[in-house]
Amino acid sequence: MADTPILLREQQYHQIKAVLARLRMDASAKVVFLVDKDGQEIASQGEVGNLDTTSLASLAAGNVAATGGMAKLIGEKEFPTLSHEGEKESIHISVIGRLLLVVVFDERSSLGLVKLRSKQVSHQLATMFDEITKNDYDDLESPFAEITDEDIDSLFS
Amino acid sequence: MTFINYASREINCKIVYYGPGLCGKTTNLQYIFDSTAPQARGKLISLATETDRTLFFDFMPLELGTVRGFKTRFHLYTVPGQVFYDASRKLILKGVDGVVFVADSQEERMDANIESLYNLEENLQSQGYDLMKIPYVLQLNKRDLNNIVPVEDLAAELKRKDEPVIEAVAATGAGVFDTLKAVAKQVLTELRKG
Repeated sequence: MADTPILLREQQYHQIKAVLARLRMDASAKVVFLVDKDGQEIASQGEVGNLDTTSLASLAAGNVAATGGMAKLIGEKEFPTLSHEGEKESIHISVIGRLLLVVVFDERSSLGLVKLRSKQVSHQLATMFDEITKNDYDDLESPFAEITDEDIDSLFS
Repeated sequence: MTFINYASREINCKIVYYGPGLCGKTTNLQYIFDSTAPQARGKLISLATETDRTLFFDFMPLELGTVRGFKTRFHLYTVPGQVFYDASRKLILKGVDGVVFVADSQEERMDANIESLYNLEENLQSQGYDLMKIPYVLQLNKRDLNNIVPVEDLAAELKRKDEPVIEAVAATGAGVFDTLKAVAKQVLTELRKG
């Protein structure tokens, strides 16, 4: 089945941001962000600056999808973590159900520390995300409930 | 899969351009990229081979503006058209909100169009989607060439439901934004339905 849409309430968003902020500090990371497996960035925390997090999110998801495909070919379900180490900057990605936890770090940290700290928050993030997807959204007013054809046309004017 | 963030008041949707090899999917994205204000779009990421054939996907985020106080952002993807990249195509369809099928109007590409459309239906199904139910547009590209199949014949062969059929010359931009608008409209209308 296709995944259901993600509707993120304000409070949930801030809770996720708080977890990411703590992880960023504990792992001495530059940037930490949470992406869904389809490539949508959910939240980010850290020295984002000029970093193109939208593209990074999409490429991280593509990367996980591709290595997941390789995993299946050799009889594995998926590879739960991926690391790419550069000369100065490195990336660590953990797969948490439908989510990807992406940590960008440099020489101020180490892969071991990032792995450890990422693992420590994985369960918490998974539980939070379960809540998000299980929630009843009847009380949330859809911004599109009363959208008109003129509204849509105006986007392209 | 639509992502609505009530905190940052953003809506993100995913549109995938599908079609046979060299039909003009990347050209569609390139034209949108070239003719959109830099503040409205992100980078155009192209994972291509040395001969400019799409290897994995092209990606471009595009911000269309604000609807009811929510920033509306479309993530545009293309798939690799070449037959042997089927695994990549499947992956990119994950979480799709709308599909554009770019058909190559040239006579000799008719079989490739049919094969690719069949492949789209199959791959959508494997991801839990039904072509008959999702927002979908058929673009007939390369209408400026000489050896093209008439629109009625292409439509008769490739049309699957009551989808909009748009004639295009992606290289010059003709029909490119009409196509995007047609699919975006359907995606947003789906959101209205809830």
